[in-house]
Amino acid sequence: MIVAERKPLTEIKGMLQGKQRVLVVGCNTCVTICMAGGRKEVAVLASALRLAGLEHVGEETVERQCDMEFLAPLTKLQGYDCLLSTACGIGVQLLGDLFPGLPVYPALNTKFLGVNEDLGCWSERCQSCGDCILDRTGGICPIARCSKSLLNGPCGGSQNGKCEVNGDVDCAWQLIYDRLEARGELDKLETIFLPKDWSHSRDGGPRRIRREDVAL
Amino acid sequence: MKAGSRLEKVLTAGHFAVCGEMGPPRSADAKAIRDKAQYFRGYVDAVNVTDNQTAVVRVSSIASCLILQEEGVEPVVQMTCRDRNRLAIQSDLLGAAALGLKNVLCLTGDHQSFGDHPTAKNVHDIDSIQLIWGVDQMRKGRFMGGDEIKVPPQFFIGGAANPFGDPFAMRVPRLAKKIKAGCDFIQTQVVFDVPRFARWMELVRERGLHREVYIMAGVLPTRSVRALRYMQQDVAGVSIPDECIQRMEKAADPAEEGVKMAVELIQQLKEIEGVAGVHLMPVMWERIIPRLVEEAGLYPRPVVDDD
Repeated sequence: MIVAERKPLTEIKGMLQGKQRVLVVGCNTCVTICMAGGRKEVAVLASALRLAGLEHVGEETVERQCDMEFLAPLTKLQGYDCLLSTACGIGVQLLGDLFPGLPVYPALNTKFLGVNEDLGCWSERCQSCGDCILDRTGGICPIARCSKSLLNGPCGGSQNGKCEVNGDVDCAWQLIYDRLEARGELDKLETIFLPKDWSHSRDGGPRRIRREDVAL
Repeated sequence: MKAGSRLEKVLTAGHFAVCGEMGPPRSADAKAIRDKAQYFRGYVDAVNVTDNQTAVVRVSSIASCLILQEEGVEPVVQMTCRDRNRLAIQSDLLGAAALGLKNVLCLTGDHQSFGDHPTAKNVHDIDSIQLIWGVDQMRKGRFMGGDEIKVPPQFFIGGAANPFGDPFAMRVPRLAKKIKAGCDFIQTQVVFDVPRFARWMELVRERGLHREVYIMAGVLPTRSVRALRYMQQDVAGVSIPDECIQRMEKAADPAEEGVKMAVELIQQLKEIEGVAGVHLMPVMWERIIPRLVEEAGLYPRPVVDDD
């Protein structure tokens, strides 16, 4: 899922300066799962804004803010100065497309594509490089999980299974080593991974997929 | 002969090589580089110049190397993958070769969070093994992208190895990959933990890798127990046995003890089969180099062709 985190209230209030009628728009998908921008978080944020003295704060939570189909009904709502989206950056942008004349502000910081590790703990797993290599790295992604995105093994700073950059972070290459060992595939570590083609990643410019087979 | 550098000649002739290391200044101060050159001239075969080490901005390695070369000291360009993509790296390497620089050490680079610009974006378009592969491609006349290079840069290619990093079992396969990618010489992380280094060398010899690459062991002469403690606690990938710390603690004259410890270490390393030389990293203590090299019995340095 896309993992996000709410911005500090002071920052949000700063964005809303001068606005009196705000519609807070939540999303039922990823940000609900990671407890950053679902119906509940919308209610909490809206209350905080009312307490801060805003004249009118509306609340709406849609199924998926990344899908215009679910956003379209919002156009019926009238009389707002601005929208505050508690979706990821994708939802903020799509709402902006739907309301070109109204400011749409981000209430969250979109952090990463990741998993729910434990109660209240999420961590990154994928950088959407566009050309998956997990078959070669024991199912653990060094692009997302090694601080230096190394493709040919650990740097000299891997110590006791942890990354030198942050002792809370597992060394991706330690994980890869352990996984390949468990699978009996340690020989994979001997193959040189040549420079990666990053053109499928964001480096190739904004990406778009068009599929004729599902197009109308 | 791949590049015909002094370092390459010393190693291929079978001499026990001695390298030094220098961090360039944090300002446009050419004199500081020239001043440091005097401590190395004639006492080491080549001097590495770091590339924004610990992710702190300094005079570029290539510019500093040129100054060292003018001062009669053979330089080793350090090139990291943190700050440059494959275009910038190849362009800088063509420039280095055009300036007559012949040795290059290929590194990943310390993470920017440790340095003076922790909010910077890092690059890591390629990693150190891909860099070694790329420099080898270049000297064979091809850019990493495949196009022909009419006048290929001829480099003696180095890489790093850390026998003290984890997972230990990956350290030798990683060395093997560097060799396969085109690495000619290796400089290791600083050795304090001789038993672990010896164990690593044993695994290196088991695969015969010491015959495929020149391995130079890292030596860091130090004059304070504080520096040792700092490295033990705060520098990832360095192993410092408690005995080293205790010995330094008890010393009446820590600087003298530091020299003694480094000399003893060099002698121990020399005895390990497959160690082709030492790489001296006198962090902020360059002036100790002449004495250290002399007391370790490594002076005078061998004379090779064109010296």
